[in-house]
Amino acid sequence: MYKYDQYDQAMVDARVEEFRDQTRRRIAGDMNDDQFKPLRLKNGLYLQLHAYMLRVAIPYGTLNSQQMRKLADIARKYDRGYGHFTTRQNLQYNWIKLEEAPDILAELATVEMHAIQTSGESIRNISADQYAGAAADEICDPRPWAELLRQATTFHPEFSYLPRKFKIAVISAKTDRAALRWHDCALRIVRNEAGEEGFEVYAGGGMGRTPFIAYPIRDFLPAKQIFSYLQAILRVWNLHARRDNIHKQRMKILVHELGEEEFRRQVEEEFQNFLALGTDFPQAEYDRIAAYFTPPPFETGLSEEIDRSDPDFALWVDRQVAPHKAPGYAIANISLKPIGGIGGDITADQMDVVADLAERYSFDDLRATHVQNLVLPHVRKADLYTVWQVLREAGLADANLDLVTDVIACPGLDYCSLANARSIPVAQEIQRRFADMDRQLDIGELKIKISGCINACGHHHAGHIGILGVDRKGTENYQLLLGGSGAEDTSQAKITGPGFDEAGIVDAVERTVERYRDLREPGERFLDTYRRVGLDPFKEAIYG
Amino acid sequence: MRILTGNDLKTGAVIWWTGQDWSLHVEDASDVGDHGEAVLAREDGARRVNGGYIVDAEATPKGPRPAHIKDRIRALGPTVRPDLTLKPADPTAGDWVI
Amino acid sequence: MGSSFRFRDDTPHEEPAVTLDAFLEQEDATAVRLEAGEDARQLIPYLDRLQLIEISFPRFRDGRGFSSARVLREAGYKGELRAEGDVLIDLIFFMRRCGFDSIVSEHSLNPVDVDAALNRYHHVYQNATDNAVPIWKLRHG
Repeated sequence: MYKYDQYDQAMVDARVEEFRDQTRRRIAGDMNDDQFKPLRLKNGLYLQLHAYMLRVAIPYGTLNSQQMRKLADIARKYDRGYGHFTTRQNLQYNWIKLEEAPDILAELATVEMHAIQTSGESIRNISADQYAGAAADEICDPRPWAELLRQATTFHPEFSYLPRKFKIAVISAKTDRAALRWHDCALRIVRNEAGEEGFEVYAGGGMGRTPFIAYPIRDFLPAKQIFSYLQAILRVWNLHARRDNIHKQRMKILVHELGEEEFRRQVEEEFQNFLALGTDFPQAEYDRIAAYFTPPPFETGLSEEIDRSDPDFALWVDRQVAPHKAPGYAIANISLKPIGGIGGDITADQMDVVADLAERYSFDDLRATHVQNLVLPHVRKADLYTVWQVLREAGLADANLDLVTDVIACPGLDYCSLANARSIPVAQEIQRRFADMDRQLDIGELKIKISGCINACGHHHAGHIGILGVDRKGTENYQLLLGGSGAEDTSQAKITGPGFDEAGIVDAVERTVERYRDLREPGERFLDTYRRVGLDPFKEAIYG
Repeated sequence: MRILTGNDLKTGAVIWWTGQDWSLHVEDASDVGDHGEAVLAREDGARRVNGGYIVDAEATPKGPRPAHIKDRIRALGPTVRPDLTLKPADPTAGDWVI
Repeated sequence: MGSSFRFRDDTPHEEPAVTLDAFLEQEDATAVRLEAGEDARQLIPYLDRLQLIEISFPRFRDGRGFSSARVLREAGYKGELRAEGDVLIDLIFFMRRCGFDSIVSEHSLNPVDVDAALNRYHHVYQNATDNAVPIWKLRHG
């Protein structure tokens, strides 16, 4: 993985001192919160319901064992012994003190980590396919481009006070594991007929209160011109977005108002300006970065055999293990969704266990996923049983990837000051309702995503079944949505009808699932059946 | 009744206005009547509170109970982590929130 | 209240800045003020004549002026480029990189803090409108 050089290290070190100074000025009264808020947000520091919350960037979802152990140390020393993996490959701490935040950033900087631009109206942490560098179906590792863009967009002088947040994702496989087109700018690496590397570019996606799926703005952009093109997009948006209504300032709104064709035209015009300025990083710099992502020294001649004699292990292998590009290796997914637990939460001790596993069995490589799970990307098939035993001991061996209990949920009203309703208790109740493993397997792939408010951090627009918590005259109420997808068959879920209370929404989910079981044809996932039969049969099941 | 809440500037902890000072416990909150804005302006200026606001609450024998669930969750702690609330030893504490 | 910082050696231009509309109607004005949201490219035909362009920052969160400044510098403008309004310390580093060489803030900014903010980062990752050499160039010579 990427290693900081003196320049990268100096940059994060200077950032720590800058934030220390800003925090000092705030506590001394030289700034009010209105002035301080944008600065703390650019360092990932929110004020939440119970305390400050710190969001740490995990660039393109990749981290090593040393970094994971540092995250565990911070959880113990400055928080309450746990952390929370988010839907954008970040990690959040929920119980942070402002006066200690600069020290935490300083600790992160010692392991080449930071919280730069993890919030606020800035270019956010760039997400990527969690199987990058391991996936059997990828064209190339997308992370060198993500790292190049991380540097290019860090402290960008023109784009540090944007109209709203700006999210980028990069993948290089046909299978989309990164919710690509739900980003403001989505990049998929492709090769043209001449074999040259380039990007398929999508623009104007995003969830929130006005969801849009990013549209294809460029079929093929030569890879080395990506920074020019990205800056062109950002400049058109920065100059022309509304500034009078924060709910209408995301780029998707501008794209919608200008129209796709006109937005593309303006971007192309600005693109020519940037090309002429020579701001693109040279090939030598790409090559330097890419050298850090050369594949680890995979052994050859390994056995493909997995001893499945332990049925619990066999079940875990069937659910959690994905094909690897190197013979004899596998990708192992670690579920952070135990039945009745808090999705995405992980204790400091569990972090240490996972760090040890990564170090011993996965070339010191670990990934966070946007569905709030973890991945050991390079495990010898022969080691899977040992890995599973260690995970089981640590309470991390649930076998529910992409099943009905693998629920995405935002922190909701239990933690978040924006939330209108709690998300986690609903997720837990759904998990308990469907806990039976045979029932989960019978239902098959079913992605439930829950948000506690319209900001949609729980990706409810992209759920096969989505749940949106709202405030109905001071009480929690939940709307049900069906038919969304964050995969390569991206679609936006539709609301079924009137909302429910907490018990009612779980019943409604169960009725939806049972109707699917009645209607499905052989081999059909829930989403396939929904797309074939439409909303009406489900509405009838839900509302009678 | 109307009570005042916010977060401690340095620690972020949820705090409630007692009439003289800030407390971690909503039970200590006092009715500010129409003086809420004035108290908040003064306390914000003194940097003793961050993001302060006025909350409608019901006076009960056990002390003020905020009208909105969000403020009741703030007063107690996350309902999904009773061990991290202000009343970890009381298994029924969550009932007060809902 | 208020404070100003100038990063040019020439004599400050004395003519008051006129609005964009007024400027476009006059033939001899040499100083203009752009409000946030006004199109900087309308000034491009007149850059040789202009000696002062003032760009308004009505609220510090409104970053349109950063793009306007770069558009003007990229088009070859050499005169004074002033950021005026709700300018806070932490914006000034970025403003300098986008080509501003004069700051008139409605706030009383402490010159020591401004100096610290301008000198905190010794290197930058990307080209902009200043002379800073991007890190990738330092890496590869």
